[in-house]
Amino acid sequence: MEKEVIRLENIKRDFKVGSEVVHALRGISFSITEGEFVTIMGTSGSGKSTLLNTLGCLDTPTSGEYYLDGVSVRSMNKDQRATLRNRKIGFVFQNYNLLAKTTAIENVELPLLYNPKYSKKERQEMAVEALKAVGLGDRLEHKSNQMSGGQMQRVAIARALVNNPAVILADEATGNLDTRTSFEVLVLFQKLHSEGRTIIFVTHNPEIASYSTRTITLRDGKVTSDEYNHNVLDAAEALSALPVEKD
Amino acid sequence: MNFANLFRIALKALSNNKFRGFLTMLGIIIGVGSVITMLAIGQGSKKSIQAEISEMGSNMIMISPGAERRGGVRMSAEDMQTLKVKDFEDILNNCKYITLASPTVNASGQAVYGANNTPTSVTGVTRDYLDIRGYKVKDGDIFSDQDIHTSAKVCVVGKTVVDELFPDGESPVGKVIRFGSIPLRIVGVLESKGTNSMGQDQDNLMFAPYTTVMKRIQAVTYLQGITCSALSEEYTDKAIEEITAVLRDNHKLKDDAADDFNIRSQQELSSMMTSTSDMMSTLLAAVAAISLIVGGIGIMNIMYVSVTERTREIGLRMSIGAKSRDILAQFLIEATLLSVVGGLIGVLAGIIAAYVVKVLLSYPIAISTGSIILSFAVCTVIGIFFGWYPARKASNLDPIEALRYE
Repeated sequence: MEKEVIRLENIKRDFKVGSEVVHALRGISFSITEGEFVTIMGTSGSGKSTLLNTLGCLDTPTSGEYYLDGVSVRSMNKDQRATLRNRKIGFVFQNYNLLAKTTAIENVELPLLYNPKYSKKERQEMAVEALKAVGLGDRLEHKSNQMSGGQMQRVAIARALVNNPAVILADEATGNLDTRTSFEVLVLFQKLHSEGRTIIFVTHNPEIASYSTRTITLRDGKVTSDEYNHNVLDAAEALSALPVEKD
Repeated sequence: MNFANLFRIALKALSNNKFRGFLTMLGIIIGVGSVITMLAIGQGSKKSIQAEISEMGSNMIMISPGAERRGGVRMSAEDMQTLKVKDFEDILNNCKYITLASPTVNASGQAVYGANNTPTSVTGVTRDYLDIRGYKVKDGDIFSDQDIHTSAKVCVVGKTVVDELFPDGESPVGKVIRFGSIPLRIVGVLESKGTNSMGQDQDNLMFAPYTTVMKRIQAVTYLQGITCSALSEEYTDKAIEEITAVLRDNHKLKDDAADDFNIRSQQELSSMMTSTSDMMSTLLAAVAAISLIVGGIGIMNIMYVSVTERTREIGLRMSIGAKSRDILAQFLIEATLLSVVGGLIGVLAGIIAAYVVKVLLSYPIAISTGSIILSFAVCTVIGIFFGWYPARKASNLDPIEALRYE
């Protein structure tokens, strides 16, 4: 049996807005095993952002149990969750969230700076390795403002990879990119998946789902469908099928 | 998260905004710089006054007649005549903490030689007086004890008097000048002492045996003062006790009667004269300290703006594993770095400014390491104090909200 990376048991999350209570998540249960590429789909207001925050240990559920890599997250305090994020999770955001005027290598080694285990030399080596893995081995010293959107997102992916996390959480990671660059990033995600990484991709774009191995759809804080995709499309093929742009 | 990493992160964040950082530091630079300069000026004038006083003589004790003067009460003429020659002799002979002593009797008047004349004063003294006050004879010699004994009509003159009476460069030694109607033979010329800090010419004077001034010039039987020198500085108080005992005994004062004389030591004089400059430097430093606080508020302001501006960065750092205290430490280090680096530049600027004052205004300055260490410590405290609130705000951000911040 494959290792369970994520396990949600009847997760509920309520928010108080004024005097009203909003039920963002109304009892969500699923588990994700190592090496899956899961797309979490849902329209806005479906609760997918709240679910992402919960999965990312940024938020704690009102009730229910969440196990990340076998560890119960619900009873953890703020600092423990920060450390857990540092060791087990890699975030990729829609707007990249790179540090301004900072080189690719410095951006990538950032998570390692918050882990006293690594020396300066180790941080450098790991950052270079992660950047090579996303195909930016030749742009180590480029600053974030000298890079294109696709390059910046690849730096962000390298940053998510560098601590060798249990799961990579991507939040609309292609949302700010044009079609071609989106496919390039998808190719990268598929490559990471093929190397055995566990990836959770949160999006409202149904197209993305056909490149992942499993799709979970949310609606009004509940899972409405959870399907394995038996016909995973190859993003590299789709990329080469795109009409070549000419200026 | 170790400190070195946090330090690196803070340094990096500051270097991304060098110009702003510099402007923020400017407040601290000006504050520290002015503290250093003001204290240097204050200390300098205090030191020069102290040097001036010690130049007046060493371990000097001055005895003047009459009770301690209070307010505007005028003393009767009788009160001013309490010091006699016997008092001087007893002090010199019976006080074991006194090494030198000289009576002083003053007379002002016109000194005349040939067609030249100049207003000056003659002080009747013994040979000790020149040693106490640090005067040296350049040409000729000082009058002898025999001259004192016989009230000889001799004198030692200062440089200003010589310049006025002998403009042609004649040697004055051996010449007879007139002071008022009394002819005095010059036996020696004093080495120049220049002007003191209050602008008084210390060379426009003459010394004569006190007996000569008392009997021949002033025709008085009392002394205007007695100037003594204590064994060393730490015996000054003991010497004053001894003198008090001798004088009270001589003057037959009852136990409950107030002293009919007044004793002041050089130390008292020194602290009296430096108290003004002490107060001035305290005031100057206070004004400068206020500008340091204004600089601190500048840091707080910029850090506050910086936290708002970098909300997304804070959210990101939190999402990749920074704890609240890491964020707190980062912003505190940034604020402290700004103030400490500002302080460092301020110290340099202050020293340079102090030297500029010294060179351009030829004002005495003295830079104390104490003031440098103090302003440095104050800077660090200001950085932490004014950085605390913005840093606290940053560390309390919710990562979800912060990441979504536009």
